[in-house]
Amino acid sequence: MWFEHLVFWVLSVVAIAGALGVVLVRDLFRAALMLATAFVAVGGLFVLMNAEFLAVVQILIYVGAIAVLFIFAVMLTRDVQQGNAPNRLQIPAAVISALVLAAMIATAVSTDWTTLAGAGLEAKAQLAQTQAVGIPDATDLTSAGLTPAEVESVSSGGLADLLIGNFVLPFEAVSLLLLGAAIGGLALARGRGR
Amino acid sequence: MSLESLLIVAAIIFCIGLYGALARRNFIAVLMSVELMFNGVNLTLVALGRYVAPYAVQEQLSAVFTGQVFAVFIITVAAAEIALGLGIVFAVFRSNESVDLTDAATLRH
Repeated sequence: MWFEHLVFWVLSVVAIAGALGVVLVRDLFRAALMLATAFVAVGGLFVLMNAEFLAVVQILIYVGAIAVLFIFAVMLTRDVQQGNAPNRLQIPAAVISALVLAAMIATAVSTDWTTLAGAGLEAKAQLAQTQAVGIPDATDLTSAGLTPAEVESVSSGGLADLLIGNFVLPFEAVSLLLLGAAIGGLALARGRGR
Repeated sequence: MSLESLLIVAAIIFCIGLYGALARRNFIAVLMSVELMFNGVNLTLVALGRYVAPYAVQEQLSAVFTGQVFAVFIITVAAAEIALGLGIVFAVFRSNESVDLTDAATLRH
């Protein structure tokens, strides 16, 4: 348990330091590398929260694609004198972000969350989440108190079950959005008249 | 590691991104800050899905993945946003020879 706490604090500090680096470092190339660091740390936090699939997606898409795209963009549009300069709104922006942060922390701390542990579902839910990426073992699940119907729904895919089942309409809509964005990005980057 | 500490870390990342999006002049830096905000939101969703939501879970156990499904959609939308955003960056850079947002008050040339 203490090991989990240690990993959590290390990953949190790395994520926050990376995020601060993105907005404070003047060299944009280094800011992009800081961004990749923060993405990796957030991926680690996903692993801690039993979201292994999402962690892999995070590394593949954010670190593998988005951070690399940013580095390409920085190198193609290098603005040597300017760098990552602040604009005139620096102080109002800091005040606004601090206020938003204070409001969010106050909400997170003062809300009386109905947690899975409080409802006695912690062990079940955790087992269901870890089973989603492992090889489903029905006897393990049954001994944790899952009903046969629940074993069926969890071991038949978990996240994928929900993604292609309950959320199939948003899933299709998002694929259309991606197609539109890809065509739009191509049209914008190609420029006019060529 | 508790729900509150995860939510606070996510809020800090989100607000750093918010500050960057408001206070930077470089178009690419603003896009990076927006990505940070997306990451804070994703962290919040996964943390809530991991620790909260007993009512839905009591009816259907696979509802423990709802937060993760939302996060998958957000990652997809973020990828689309970056494809379009960097397209606009290149278009602005081609017409203005700079990616300074104060020079790009209008998107025409």
